[in-house]
This record gives sequence, C-alpha cells and structure tokens, in this order.
Amino acid sequence: MSDAVALAPRAASLNLGGWWIAPPLIVLALLFLYPLVLIAHAALVDDSGGLNFGAAWDVLNSRAFLNALLNTAEIALASTIGCVVLGLTLGLILAFAPFPGAPLVAQVIDTFIALPTFLVTLAFTFLYGSAGILNGALTSGLGLDHPPVDFLYSAWGVILAEVTVYTPFVLRPLLAAFSLVDHSQIEVACLLGARPLRIVRQVILPAALPAIVAGGSLCLLLTVNEFGIVLFIGAKGVITLPLLIYSKAIQESDYQGACAIAIVNVALSLALFSLYRFAARRLGG
Amino acid sequence: MSVSAAFSSAGVSVAEKAVPGSDVTFDKVSVAYRGAVVLKPLTMAVAAGEILAMIGPSGSGKTTALRAVAGFVRPAAGRILIGGADVTNLPPYERGLAMVVQNYALFPHMRVSENVAFGLNARGAAKDLVARRTEESLRIVGMSKYSSRFPRELSGGQQQRVAIARALAVRPRVLLLDEPLSALDAQIRRSMVEEIARLHADLPELTILYVTHDQSEALTLADRIAILKDGQLSAIGRTGELYRRPPNRFAAEFLGRANLLPVTVERSAQDGGFVQARLGETKVVVAGGDHPAGAERLLCVRPQNLTLTGDAERSNRIEAVLREIHWQGELTHLVAQIGESTLRAVATRLPDPPARGDRLAFFFSPADANLIVEDPGV
Repeated sequence: MSDAVALAPRAASLNLGGWWIAPPLIVLALLFLYPLVLIAHAALVDDSGGLNFGAAWDVLNSRAFLNALLNTAEIALASTIGCVVLGLTLGLILAFAPFPGAPLVAQVIDTFIALPTFLVTLAFTFLYGSAGILNGALTSGLGLDHPPVDFLYSAWGVILAEVTVYTPFVLRPLLAAFSLVDHSQIEVACLLGARPLRIVRQVILPAALPAIVAGGSLCLLLTVNEFGIVLFIGAKGVITLPLLIYSKAIQESDYQGACAIAIVNVALSLALFSLYRFAARRLGG
Repeated sequence: MSVSAAFSSAGVSVAEKAVPGSDVTFDKVSVAYRGAVVLKPLTMAVAAGEILAMIGPSGSGKTTALRAVAGFVRPAAGRILIGGADVTNLPPYERGLAMVVQNYALFPHMRVSENVAFGLNARGAAKDLVARRTEESLRIVGMSKYSSRFPRELSGGQQQRVAIARALAVRPRVLLLDEPLSALDAQIRRSMVEEIARLHADLPELTILYVTHDQSEALTLADRIAILKDGQLSAIGRTGELYRRPPNRFAAEFLGRANLLPVTVERSAQDGGFVQARLGETKVVVAGGDHPAGAERLLCVRPQNLTLTGDAERSNRIEAVLREIHWQGELTHLVAQIGESTLRAVATRLPDPPARGDRLAFFFSPADANLIVEDPGV
C-alpha cells in the first residue's frame, strides 16, 4: 500500500509562488482602498501638502457633526429595533401560524428588497404627507383647517420608512432559520406544558438567534448609511451623517470637512461590521 | 445501573417514584387531512399502567392516532378520553402528557439538566422540586454525570436517555413514545428496549402508548399490541395471545413470520375443543375457534413451532420436500414445499442436517396453531 502511494504521480499544480494573490489585491486596492486613501488624504492633508488635523478636528467638534452623529445613531437603532420586532412578528406568523396566502405575503414582502428606497418614501408621501390620502380624508371628513398627521416630516417618518424598507432584510434570514427549527422540539415542549410564548422565548428564538443578529446587524449597517430616505423625506432638523457629508460636499463645497465626516462614517460601519462578524462567530458556535 | 438501584441510590421513596398513570380511550376517533381519511373510526382503550404498542406499516395511521392523543391533530369525529375526561378539545399543554420522539428533540442550546427541567419549569413547579426531580430523572436513566453537557456532546443512546428523563420528570399521565428507538443502531436499540422494560417494571403505574414499526420492540415491551393497517385497527390483543393466535393474515404476517397453509375445516370445535381440518391429504387438528365444517381457512403456524421430531401420537404431522437450508449460527432455517405452499421452519439444533430434496416430516402441537379467515376485510 505504501509503495503504491509512493509510486503514485503527484498531482499537477501551478507553481505561481505567491503571485496568485496579486490580481485580487489589485482589484481590492483600486475599488476600495484607493478611494478610502483619497478620502483620508482629502480630510487630513491641507493645500500645502502637509498633515493637518486641525480642520478635521474642527468639523468633528462642531455641533452640526455631533447632532448628525446622534441623529444617525438614534434613527439607526430605532429603525433596527423596529425591523427586528416587525420581522420577528411577521416571521413567527408566516412560519408557525400559516394562513392561506402566507407564501404570497412573504414574497410580496421580499419584493421590497428589490425596490429603490425612495419609492417607499414617495408612497409614504402620498399616504401620510400633508396633502396625502390620510390627511385629505381627515381634513375633509372632520372639517379641519390643517392636516392633523404630520409625523412624516420628522425623525419618526424616517424611522417608519426605514422599517418598511429594511424589515425584509431581517425577515428573510429569520424565515430561513425558522424553517430549520425542528418542529418536534416545539411539539415536545408544548406537550411538556409550555405555552406558545414560552416556546417562542425558549425554543424558537434561541434557535433563530444567529439569524436575528445577522439580520439586525445588516439593518443597522444599512440604516446608519441610509441616504435616500432621509433626503427624500427632508424632515426638518433630521440631519444624519450621510446627509451632512452630502451637504458639506455639494452645498458648501467643503470637501475636507465632508471627507473628515466620511472617515467617521466608514469607521462606524466597519466597527458595526466587526461586531456583526464577532457575534455571528460566537453564536454560530 | 437498574432503575431500582437508581431509585435506591437517589433516596427516592416508593411514593415519590410512583407515577399516577391514566387510562386512555379512543371513542370512534377518526382523522382526515384535507378530506382524505387517514384514521378510520378507532375505538380502543388503554388501561392505566399498561404499555400498548401500536404497530403497522407506514401510512397505517399509528402515528396519527398517537398525535391525536397528544393534541397535535384534531379528530374529524369521535372523542379522546384520558383518565375519563374528554380531552379532545384541550390544547396539548393542558393534557398532562409527555412524549419521546425518534430524533430525541432535545433543545440544543440547553444543557442536559435544563432540558430535563424544562417541563417542570413550564408547569410552574417550585425551584426545589425542579432540582430534585431533575436529579432523580437523570439518575433513573443513568445520565446524572452528564447533566452539564449539551446534547451535541452526547451519543444517540445518551440523548434518548435524556429525552426519556425529560418526559419522566413531569410525571406524565400518559407517556407517548413515537418510534423512540428508530434512530439508534441495532445493538443500542436492543439495550434501550431492555432499559424501557426495566423502567416500566419500576414505574408500573405509568401508562405508555408506544408507536413502532418494529414488531420485536412491541413484543418485548407491550402488554397489548394494536395492529393498524390502512388507517384501520386490524387486530388488538394481549401480546402473547396475539402472537400465538393472530386473528387474520395481516396480523399473522406483520407480527413475526407465519406459515399460512390453506385448509378445509372437516369438523368444528366441540365444547371449545379442537377443530379438525384437511391440508391436502393430511388431517390436522388445531385448538379452538368458531369454524364451521366445510369452511376454507388458513392454518397458521409459526416457523419455530415446527419441529423435525415429535410425538406422532399427539402432534400434527405434515410432510414436505426440503427446498433450501440456511445455517445461521444459532439457528437453521428450513424452507420446504408442501403442495403449492411454502413451509418455513426454524431449528435451534440439527445434529444431522437434512439435504435439499429430502422428504421431511414436520410436527407441531395443536395448541401452537390456529385457523384464520383468509380475508376478513382488514
């Protein structure tokens, strides 16, 4: 046997040394690292070509930036919580209390992933805007002078739109996780005396925890960086980091300030992504 | 460790270990899925403390009947009574039952002790009771030293022991076992069958409904066996009686091997005595049964009840030509031809084995055979 192994021809392999890694590294550098370096350069190097942290520090120390950071965190967190709660509720109903047409409902919810974010916002404007269907019905029905529903042009409007757009990102992994839950575990738990809420809490949710963390993290990442919804709604006083970057770069032509904020935004995203990877690794066992 | 020893070492009193079992009654229970009847009206009673095995091929309705007791399927008609109370419309968590299933269904994120304590916590038991019962139940199944492990760290047999401990911990009125040993390999399965038998010997008040397709598990464990076929009860009876005197062809063939030879009744039983029948040119006598003279019947005799030596004065004697002989260590299987029928016999000792083509005389006692109707409809 050992002779046979010794005599067997070695598998042919391309001897490229370490060069095989070059093409992906070049692509990575061109598409991702180079733009980042440009942004960092624009943020930290002044017109004379020397390092200058002063300008960046001024921007990052400004009230506008701190407000935007706070707004971004608040909206992203609230939206993510909303997405997780709504996704979980819908997922539990669709997976464990199916009704006629449930698969169709799941597919319709899925299609939201494919829609551009501003489209939902536009629909919200038609529905809940000051001249929207709801306000129109209320003002004419109740004989009011002003539209009574005005949440759309506040942070709540942004949160509602983001929850609507991003819930499928939680729902999809949750439905996949729920489909893997062993139904006999649920039945045995039920027969042992556990009522539905206990079964959800102690049997289903632990099994779906990696999916919740994955979906929630993805939502957090997307909502931190959401630009279209915030811009389209144009809520008064609701300036998030992406909107502040846009405002600095396009409206004020302050590219250095915009890049300084962009660096914070990138760092925030990478930190969230690292947290997600860490959680996924731990929970994935 | 035996169950008794486990109880003794756990310091558990007889009163504590006693599980108050309840009787179960199927009262014309039928189940249909989308209009297709999968369980035809079933009427059957399981006594408190009894092990009733429901056996049958796939699609026979045995698991459906069990799931109806559990409350996972709602009967289209009929009632299910547990302990005399109608539970047909009660949700599963209010029925006071426990179940062990084929894939164990342990909660993977919980340690062994947490799995066992789950039902007690769900039923709102006090903390000290939960701790005591968990420890007792694990000791009963010999899994105490694995209490802090996760299910993934256990073998299949160990996981099944934990599943049984989890079920026992809640002191169920009825324990439902749904093919609990099917996922185990043959050797562990045999050992688990013996353990369940010992468990019931030590917990004689525990009512067990045991669904299996393995007739040897049913024969080993059950006080009574119900055989289902095509969603219908084909036969029910005490294990030994059903095996020795199956009422129909399906029961005879499903519960072990049986020789079924066509005979004509010559003289019906007089005062519960013997029936005389003709098998070809041979007269045979079998015990009991209501069979009128002239009726066509099947003579049912198990292979192990046929011998090559017998008391010709008191035994039935039939002759057949040996077609095959298979030595399998402890047993020798003989296949012979009698008319158009095949006759199978099993011998434990054959010092002078016959050869193929030999004409052999097979003997069987009248008490070891019975006559059955060819096709009673089930």
